[in-house]
Amino acid sequence: MATTFDKVADIIAETCDIPRESIKPESHATKDLEIDSLDFLDIAFAIDKAFNIKLPLEQWTQEVNDGQASTEKYFVLKNLSTRIDELVAAKGA
Amino acid sequence: MRLEYFQMIDRIIEVDLEAGRLRAACTVPKESTIFEGHFPSYPLMPGVLLIECMAQTAGWLVCMRGRFAAMPFLAGVKEGKFRTLVFPGDRLEFEGSVVHEGSGYTVAECTGQRDGKKVCDAQLTFRIMPYPSPQFREAFFTWGERLELPIKELAR
Repeated sequence: MATTFDKVADIIAETCDIPRESIKPESHATKDLEIDSLDFLDIAFAIDKAFNIKLPLEQWTQEVNDGQASTEKYFVLKNLSTRIDELVAAKGA
Repeated sequence: MRLEYFQMIDRIIEVDLEAGRLRAACTVPKESTIFEGHFPSYPLMPGVLLIECMAQTAGWLVCMRGRFAAMPFLAGVKEGKFRTLVFPGDRLEFEGSVVHEGSGYTVAECTGQRDGKKVCDAQLTFRIMPYPSPQFREAFFTWGERLELPIKELAR
């Protein structure tokens, strides 16, 4: 069964035309993969649909802007995958 | 349709906020300086302006669903199709529907019809952002009130 990271990486590869093999769990969406904010909207839409969740992008952005969280917490893909798992679990709880 | 002011919609026909659907109507003006260039002796409604019609139809729906708390800015157009030519004087009807409301963005679909036949359709992505200024917000509300949108009921 595909892991959350695999699904996210597939979405990113397809949405942004990035070679799948270059997308690693340690990759930072913006710093390493150079995904811009518009492409990230498309990715968020695809993730929302695939996992039937709503990524709280506005809250995350606010936390980063306020210095309460690092971008790594949300945009390094293994961490993003963990956040997705948490949202899926919270939805099912 | 006030082409020179980019006010594409003449009136809202029907809104179903719960279902996330809005129908709007407009008439392409018979004369406009735009048609002097697009094209000489063969005036046509530009496809980019049909996109704007769809964006404004779906945009007003997004505004209403969000109770006018923020402004939807067009951020993406996918699968935009122009299925037939649209001419000055044509009466058009657009139907917008919400596909997905994410955090800070909304994806919608819109179609345009003439005499019940589809002329265009697209998927539109809006980034939802604060109004740039109080003046902008007031001007925007004035525009919406001209379309008889229930801004006072929804926004305040």
